[in-house]
Amino acid sequence: MKMNGAEIFIESLKREGVKHMFGYPGGVVLGIFDLLYENKDIELILTRHEQGAVHAADGYARSTGKAGVVLVTSGPGATNTVTGIATASMDSIPLVVFTGQVPTMLIGNDAFQEADIVGISRPCTKYNFLVKDVNDLARIVREAFYIATSGRPGPVLIDLPKDVTAVKAEFVWPQDVKIRSYNPTLEGNKWMITQAAHLIAKSKRPVIVAGGGVILSNASKELKELAEITDIPVVMTLMGLGGFPGTHPLALGMPGMHGSYYANRSIQESDLLIAVGMRFDDRVTGKIDAFAPHAKIVHIDIDPTSIRKNVRVDTPIVGDAKRILAVLNKVLKEELKEQWGEVRNAWLKQIQAWKKERPLTYTYSEEVIKPQFVVEKIYELTKGDAIISTEVGQNQMWSAQFYKFDKPRMWLTSGGLGTMGYGFPAAIGAQLAHPNKLVIDIAGDGSIQMNIQELATAVINKLPVKVAILNNRYLGMVRQWQELFFSERYSHTKLDETVPDFVKIAEAYGAVGLRATKPSEVEPVLREAFKIKRTVFMDFVVDWKEKVFPMVPAGAAIDQMMFEEKKETTEKKLKAVK
Amino acid sequence: MRHTISLLVENKFGVLSRISGLFSGRGYNIESLSVGETIDPQISVMTIVTSGDEQIIEQILKQLNKLIDIIKVVDMIDLDHVEREMVLIKIAPRQEDKAEVLRLTDIFRGRVVDSGPKTYTIEVTGDEKKIAALIELLKPMGIKEFIRTGKIAIARERIKKPSV
Repeated sequence: MKMNGAEIFIESLKREGVKHMFGYPGGVVLGIFDLLYENKDIELILTRHEQGAVHAADGYARSTGKAGVVLVTSGPGATNTVTGIATASMDSIPLVVFTGQVPTMLIGNDAFQEADIVGISRPCTKYNFLVKDVNDLARIVREAFYIATSGRPGPVLIDLPKDVTAVKAEFVWPQDVKIRSYNPTLEGNKWMITQAAHLIAKSKRPVIVAGGGVILSNASKELKELAEITDIPVVMTLMGLGGFPGTHPLALGMPGMHGSYYANRSIQESDLLIAVGMRFDDRVTGKIDAFAPHAKIVHIDIDPTSIRKNVRVDTPIVGDAKRILAVLNKVLKEELKEQWGEVRNAWLKQIQAWKKERPLTYTYSEEVIKPQFVVEKIYELTKGDAIISTEVGQNQMWSAQFYKFDKPRMWLTSGGLGTMGYGFPAAIGAQLAHPNKLVIDIAGDGSIQMNIQELATAVINKLPVKVAILNNRYLGMVRQWQELFFSERYSHTKLDETVPDFVKIAEAYGAVGLRATKPSEVEPVLREAFKIKRTVFMDFVVDWKEKVFPMVPAGAAIDQMMFEEKKETTEKKLKAVK
Repeated sequence: MRHTISLLVENKFGVLSRISGLFSGRGYNIESLSVGETIDPQISVMTIVTSGDEQIIEQILKQLNKLIDIIKVVDMIDLDHVEREMVLIKIAPRQEDKAEVLRLTDIFRGRVVDSGPKTYTIEVTGDEKKIAALIELLKPMGIKEFIRTGKIAIARERIKKPSV
C-alpha cells in the first residue's frame, strides 16, 4: 500500500509496539503531528521543553526496559534534545529520537530552523540516521529500534526532512534486521567463565561490583544467585542500585566518592573483584593507581571498550551479563562444590565490623530538617516500593545512600552525565508507564528549577508525580566543595532570596504545594502528599549546612575518606591527601 | 608505538566523520589517513596510521570495532604486509644540480611526471623510510613543496609451510 512518509512513520512506530512518545511540534513536523491529531494507537505527551521530552522518554525507558520515543521539530527543537540524548548515552539507555529537518533540497543552506543535528549528535548517540529517501524510512525505523535496544543500549537519532515525510512510497516492513557491521557479542567465552569460577573458588576476600548493566540485561536474579551460592558481598554503583536487593545481608551499598565506608574498604582489601556491567568510572575508582591494590579483576561487560579502559583486568568476559552469570552459576554449582560458608566466614565478619565501625549516618536535629531525614522518611513510608528519580547533586547522593532499592528499574538517576533537571521529567515518563505506582522525584531547589516548566505536563496529563524538594537555598554540592576545598568562598552558589516559593509555583500550575519547615512536619507532609492523587510539590526547608559524607576528595584513593567531623580534622586530612 | 590500521567500512556519507570524530573526541592522534573504494563499491577501505601505548592502541581498535559502520578492523602489526606511500615532489634545482636530481630519481625508481622551465615534479612510491630518505637527499637541492598520499597497506598472501 502506498503511504506518505508521515504515515509510514506512524505505521512503523505501531509495528514497533510504541504506545507513548514525548515531543513538541514545529514547522517541519506539522505533517506528522497532523496525523497524531486523530491517531488512537499512539499517544504523544506534549512536554513544555524538548529537553523535558527526552528525559521523560528516558525515565519511561529506564522504568520499563523498552525504548523511549521522542518527536521534535528541526533546529532549536533538535538542539534542545542534545542534553537529554547525552544523558541517555552516558547511562546506556535505549531511546529513539526523531527530529524534523528542513526539506532535503534546503539542507546545508542555513535555512530557517536548520541545524546539522546528525553532526551535532554524532558523539552522543549510539548511531544516527538522516533519511534521504522515503523508501528507506521503514527499514531505518526498524534498524533504529534494534540498535537502540540491543547490545549495549543507547540513544539513536533519526533526522526526518520535511519532504521525506510528504512524498509517497510503498510501505514495506522488513521482517528481519541484519546489519553486517553490527553484531554484539552476547554469549560469554566459556573458557573465560571457567577461569572466573576458579578465581572465585580460590579467593578469600571477593567482592561483586554490580553496575547498571545488571539492570539493563535483567540479570538481577542471576546476580542474586551468584552472591548467595558463593556468599560474596555485593557493592552496587550508582547505576546498579536495585540490581541486587539493597536490604540483603550481603548488600554493601554504593562505592566511590560518596560510597559507604564498608563498600570502599571491602574493595580496597579484596583479593578478587567481580565487576558486572560496570565501567570503572572515575567516581567509583578514585585514584586509579591505588584502586583495589590486592585484587584480581574479573570484568563482565557487553561492551569490549569498557574492558581495560580504566583498570587492568585479569579475566575479561565480553557478553550479556544475564547469560554469562547463568553459565557462571552453573559452572560454580556443578564443577566447584566448595564449602563457601567456611571460607567466607572471616571476610564477612570483617565487613560486619566495618559496617559497625562507620555506618552511613547523619546527626538528627529536632530544630531543623536534615535532608537525609526526609529521604529516610520517604523510604520508611513507601517501604521501598516507589519509583524514585533524582536530580543531581546532594539530593542524588542522599537518595542513593538512604533509600534502599530491592528491585531493579525503580531508581532513575543521571549517573554518567550528571544532568540537573533530569529527575522531574524522568518521573513524569515513569509515571506515565506505571500509572498505579508511586513515583517520587527527590530534588534540590537548584535542580528543580532547570525543568520546572514540566509541572504543566504533569498536571495536564493528570500524572500524580510527587516532588520532594530538599530546599537548602544553595547549589548544595558545589557549595560543599567550596566549603571544603575553596575556603568557604561561596562563589555563585547562594540562591537564598531568589529561591521561589515552590508552593505558589505548584499552585499556579494547578498542582498541589506543601511545605515543611520543622522535622515534626516532614512525615505529615509526606503522608498527605502520598494520599493526594495529583501532582504535588513538597518544599522541605532543610539545613543548608548539611554535607554529603563520607566523601573521597577528587584524586584520592577511595579509602581516604572524609567523614562528618570537626572542621580542623577535615582540613588536616585534606592536606595529607594533597 | 606506531600502528597501521586497515578498516573496511560501509561506503556511506558520514562514516569518515564518525571515525575522525572518534579519534578527536578521545584525544587519539591520526598521523595519516587514506580512503578508497574496494572491489565492492558499497565498501571502502581506510588505512589509518596512529600511535600510542599498548592500552591506547587496544582502545582505538575496540572503539573502531564498536562503530556501527565499520565492518572489519585489522591492526597490520599482527600481519605480514606490504606498505606503500606515494609522494609528489616539486623541485627547482640549480642548473648544476639538475643531473643529480634526475639521477636520484632514477635510483629511487621515481619518475618525472612534469617538467617546466624551472621545476621538475617527481613521483615516487615506496615505504616510509624510502620516501623520507629521498626527501632528505633532495632537500638541499631546492624542494618547493611535496605532497604525500599517506600510507596504504595490504596483507601478504599467507603461504602454508609444507609439513615435513
